[in-house]
Amino acid sequence: MTNHWVDIKNTDLVLIMGGNAAEAHPCGFKWVTEAKAHRKARLIVVDPRFTRSAAMSDFYAPIRAGSDIAFLGGVINYLLGHDRIHHEYVKHYTDFSFLVKDEFAFANGLFTGYDAEKRKYDKSSWGYQIGDDGYVRVDPTLQNPRCVYQLMKAHYSRYTPEMVATICGTPKEAFLKVCAAIADTAAPDKTMTIMYALGWTQHSVGSQMIRTGAMVQLLLGNIGVAGGGMNALRGHSNIQGLTDLGLLSNLMPGYLTLPNDAEQDYAAYVGKRTLKPLRPGQLSYWQNYPRFHVSLMKAWFGDAVTADNNWGYDWLPKLDKGYDLMQMFEDMGQGKVNGYVCQGFNPLGSAPCKVKVSNSLSKLKFMVVIDPLVTETSEFWQNHGEYNDVDPAKIQTEVFRLPSTCFAEENGSLINSGRWLQWHWKAAEPPAETLSDQEIMAGIFLRVRALYQKEGGAFPDPILNVAWKYKIPSFPSPEELAREFSGKALKDVTDPKDPGRVLVKAGEQLSGFADLRDDGSTSCGCWLFAGSWSEKGNLMARRDNADPYGVGQTLNWAYAWPANRRILYNRASCDPSGKPYDPTRAIVAWDAAAGKWGGADVPDFKIDSAPQDGMNPFIMNPEGVARFFAVDAMAEGPFPEHYEPFETPLAVNPLSPKNPEVRSNPAARVFKDIWPTLGKPDAFPYVCTTYRLTEHFHFWTQHVRLDAILQPEQFVEIGEELAKEKGIKAGDHVRVKSSHGFIVAVAVVTKRLKALTIDGRKTHTVGVPIHWGFMGLTRNGYIANTLTPYVADANSQTPEFKAFLVNLEKV
Amino acid sequence: MALQSLDIKARSATTTPPPDVRARGAVPVAKLIDISKCIGCKACQVACMEWNDLRDEVGTNAGTYDNPRDLTAQSWTVMRFSEVEVEQDRLEWLIRKDGCMHCADPGCLKACPAPGAIVQYANGIVDFHEEHCIGCGYCITGCPFNIPRISQKDSKAYKCTLCSDRVAIGLEPACIKTCPTGALVFGTKDDMVLHAEGRIADLKERGYSHAALYDPKGVGGTHVMYVLQHGDKPELYANLPRDPSISPLVSLWKGVTKPLMSFGLGLAVFAGFFHYVTAGPKEVEEEEKTD
Amino acid sequence: MSKPVQRYTARERSNHWIVAIAFVLAGLSGLALFHPAFFFLTNLFGGGPWTRILHPFIGVVLFLFFMAMAARFWRFNHFTAADRQWMARIGDVIRNRDRGLPEIGKYNAGQKYLFWTMVVSIPLLLLSGIVVWQPWFAPYFPIWLLRIAVVVHALAAWIMILGIIVHVYAAIWVKGSVRAMTRGTVSEAWAKHHHRAWYRQMTGK
Repeated sequence: MTNHWVDIKNTDLVLIMGGNAAEAHPCGFKWVTEAKAHRKARLIVVDPRFTRSAAMSDFYAPIRAGSDIAFLGGVINYLLGHDRIHHEYVKHYTDFSFLVKDEFAFANGLFTGYDAEKRKYDKSSWGYQIGDDGYVRVDPTLQNPRCVYQLMKAHYSRYTPEMVATICGTPKEAFLKVCAAIADTAAPDKTMTIMYALGWTQHSVGSQMIRTGAMVQLLLGNIGVAGGGMNALRGHSNIQGLTDLGLLSNLMPGYLTLPNDAEQDYAAYVGKRTLKPLRPGQLSYWQNYPRFHVSLMKAWFGDAVTADNNWGYDWLPKLDKGYDLMQMFEDMGQGKVNGYVCQGFNPLGSAPCKVKVSNSLSKLKFMVVIDPLVTETSEFWQNHGEYNDVDPAKIQTEVFRLPSTCFAEENGSLINSGRWLQWHWKAAEPPAETLSDQEIMAGIFLRVRALYQKEGGAFPDPILNVAWKYKIPSFPSPEELAREFSGKALKDVTDPKDPGRVLVKAGEQLSGFADLRDDGSTSCGCWLFAGSWSEKGNLMARRDNADPYGVGQTLNWAYAWPANRRILYNRASCDPSGKPYDPTRAIVAWDAAAGKWGGADVPDFKIDSAPQDGMNPFIMNPEGVARFFAVDAMAEGPFPEHYEPFETPLAVNPLSPKNPEVRSNPAARVFKDIWPTLGKPDAFPYVCTTYRLTEHFHFWTQHVRLDAILQPEQFVEIGEELAKEKGIKAGDHVRVKSSHGFIVAVAVVTKRLKALTIDGRKTHTVGVPIHWGFMGLTRNGYIANTLTPYVADANSQTPEFKAFLVNLEKV
Repeated sequence: MALQSLDIKARSATTTPPPDVRARGAVPVAKLIDISKCIGCKACQVACMEWNDLRDEVGTNAGTYDNPRDLTAQSWTVMRFSEVEVEQDRLEWLIRKDGCMHCADPGCLKACPAPGAIVQYANGIVDFHEEHCIGCGYCITGCPFNIPRISQKDSKAYKCTLCSDRVAIGLEPACIKTCPTGALVFGTKDDMVLHAEGRIADLKERGYSHAALYDPKGVGGTHVMYVLQHGDKPELYANLPRDPSISPLVSLWKGVTKPLMSFGLGLAVFAGFFHYVTAGPKEVEEEEKTD
Repeated sequence: MSKPVQRYTARERSNHWIVAIAFVLAGLSGLALFHPAFFFLTNLFGGGPWTRILHPFIGVVLFLFFMAMAARFWRFNHFTAADRQWMARIGDVIRNRDRGLPEIGKYNAGQKYLFWTMVVSIPLLLLSGIVVWQPWFAPYFPIWLLRIAVVVHALAAWIMILGIIVHVYAAIWVKGSVRAMTRGTVSEAWAKHHHRAWYRQMTGK
């Protein structure tokens, strides 16, 4: 979230799209009801299904699963065409006026530089025109045809309401009604919040869907303001923490990136990431990359790393390719993986195409499952009748189950969607031989290190040099780890402006990432968390809900990264002169007398940079402004373009009907063997989407009696019209088949899934909730991901769970 | 459960007045269920099960979201989902939390033959005291909302207590505490009516011109009330009765007939006795045989 | 002393008394659940729940044995012209002015009315009782039917109890009647006085 849960109460319009907050985030959804009750806010829900969020909405518009970019592109076209944008905001705080390279172009559904063989772009043309001064050339009049505004306007002019209706199936009147409501928030004193979740991320164009939403918000001036923002509703209580701490194969903590194979030189690695300002007077905060990186290396390796050994750069893995979930199971299936440690993860249930996952797991020599529950993954080798029809005699994988504690059985912090690090306390003793995850990991590490110490082996350095200074080496405590993430001074840290002044004494906890140094004098496990456990103590444990400004900014409740800021880019809530656009919802403002920024929130800005200095609010970008033109950051192109899901009911992409290459995301990685498995509409005519129900939490609560009582048995949802066509009544059992497998479940026949007219053809949607499996207390069911294709987003490699094709029959 | 005996306003199968020494008595309370804010998350069902230590069967899916499918002795509240199109092409998914309405004129209490098995507290809560329940099921016939359920395990009647044990010590009912959206609120009945007025004004502003409070007069008002978007059509909400009242049959049975019939039986015995002492026995003279 | 006349066989007497005992138990347990004033009667049955548990089973016993009894006595309970004349003079009967009453068969009109009242009300009690029988059968019936059933049950029971009060009183009032059901016989005089037609039939006199 750029904003946070409580702040949603400040909004005038809530757009829930690509998410279902009422069902999947019922506690957070309370802030929507607060906004409705106290601000007369309106709620619009755009979703393939009439969800429980839609039940709460003032207006609901249906959309075909997987077509959100077309819808949002249509909104952009509407806003630009009707000139319903926040002019001052886009002019000053975005790249509207930036000039793009002349070579850059878009034609036939493709941007310049496409290599069909590699399914990759050469992105060299996706850049700005750089002037002689080293800065981006701009045209403040916005007349230059190469400026971002003009290019964007041309790009989205194709997304007419008719095209939206063709692709999305959303009736034109409904679409225009949504556009009009959204456009109203272009006024400086009106704002909209967008709440999205896995309904956007789990597509082959998921990252671009989110980007399109962000572009809409930027046009309206709704980023950085109270009640606005792009608000990702994280699907898991600590999934925000997972990404923050870099638990992705290409990341390190704090969104620092692992080097790739070509980056063997430390100076080049760090130089590339130390971004210099692209416009005069801008902060470009990533200029501090070396401070974050060196402090991280000091946290990991301690005294073993110095400037002389490039802070242990040689010990970092250099990626030859991504090692995301999909790649791992692909490699596993090819017999390239011997062992798999599966910690707090149930891939048999939550990875696509169950049969592929099961076959891949069967090729392992061993698997270690660390989990509080008996997951389907840990039992994948067992025959559970129709629900898991495998032959254990043919599976040689040795499975070790290491029972771990659950969150209520340990101290620690969880990071919520609003980036709040909230400390929690152990509420119960773990059962029997259960150990905490740290104890299990420490146990494995210490044994592996002992083996390296004894036997040597290939490249032992990274293991042998790890700093392991925990008081009980076999049990690093949550408190020790939290302090390590927050960081400490290894030597006295002095004020750069006044070297005599010591800011943090050696051995003390750092007060924030401004204290970080790149000379090895500080250690910090995650620069974003710096200050969360300072000399003031554990700030994550704070529970003061005082809201002195009355705008929901409770700065003494827990700790938000970065630097306890609650609303990111909050400088953008003020006009260029530093005055809040909406004084009734002011969060920060320039205090000329004091010579600094201040207010209800911690300014996300250089605190003493006066408005006349011209520094812009988006300090993490070297441009200082927000980007409509993504430059080279995205795999598919600088402007989001609608591409069909890999399993689509359409023969062509209606936006580029003549180019078969661009029916689906041309830049998405598709493994060779997968192409023939993708379902075609002649055999599988219905659009299918998977989702969560409010009664359950992923694949956990099937083990909880109370939740099992609330939603005991697997079902699928089908519209009344399709049910009638197929002679299916509510309560009948139906078989849902995709090209990857089938499931059998009870049919819920509903008015809430209506047929849509897509490209002139009636198209039905089938809904498949995910929560059942062959373990737990609910009635046994099929794993929903039996049905899903093995394809993913081109940027994040998040699987395409939300849009694929199925057929249906009564059993 | 739990409130004091001095706070009892009415008691089943009891013909003498309840304790009446308190000066002001308890303030009537109410739970307000704002259906326009209810997301049907069933957290209240869980809270109810947890606080009251109830665990229903893990059932089946019958082609609806409703689960458990009906109230039972272990499920004192359930969500009832209705898909309706009041206006054409404007689908609404109305989700009603069903459970005891805590009527001011409780039909269950009226029907109950076991003294003290059902009590009505001065704050309006109608509570079952299962230790006095004899399991006859008369409360079921008395209830206009079809709420009480007889347990198949112990043959006692059960229903929502409005967490009388929590309310007695100044806590809100468990469902209220857990409701994430504020669809459930609890307080004095006056405050709840006032709160409902604000909600109704909001709904009217959003185009629900018939938004209204459901506090049916036929049962003397209730201590569980609904804010309905369509106050003119309560039956849209899984057949919420339009104008509930205690059935005339139950009123007849537990009203006039009860004393009249008892009196009639007494009268018959008395009539016989006085006939005997006035007219005397009918004796047959032995000599009659010579006639 | 004249020779007694056999009025009821041992089987008939046993049947009657089983019905009578069942009636008393069903009546007392039923009244206990009917009005708070009678709730103390539940103590006779081991408390409220036991009263609720036992009452319907007693009722079933009552029904079965009554039906057997009704079958035995069915043919004696058809109304005749003499019954109508007798009924016309009911006032005299009550005032013990029995002279000149018509000759009556085994049962007089009052007894026949009682018989038919029982024949109607006991099956009604059974049927309505099954509908409200917790926890076995009631859950299978709709609530509107339960409501009708409880009223029918109460009314039928009331009428039956009233009838039995009259029946019991009549037995006390009409001296010499009780031995018919205790010893099976009545005096010749009794038979001649109250049921002369039956007497003639029995004795041929």
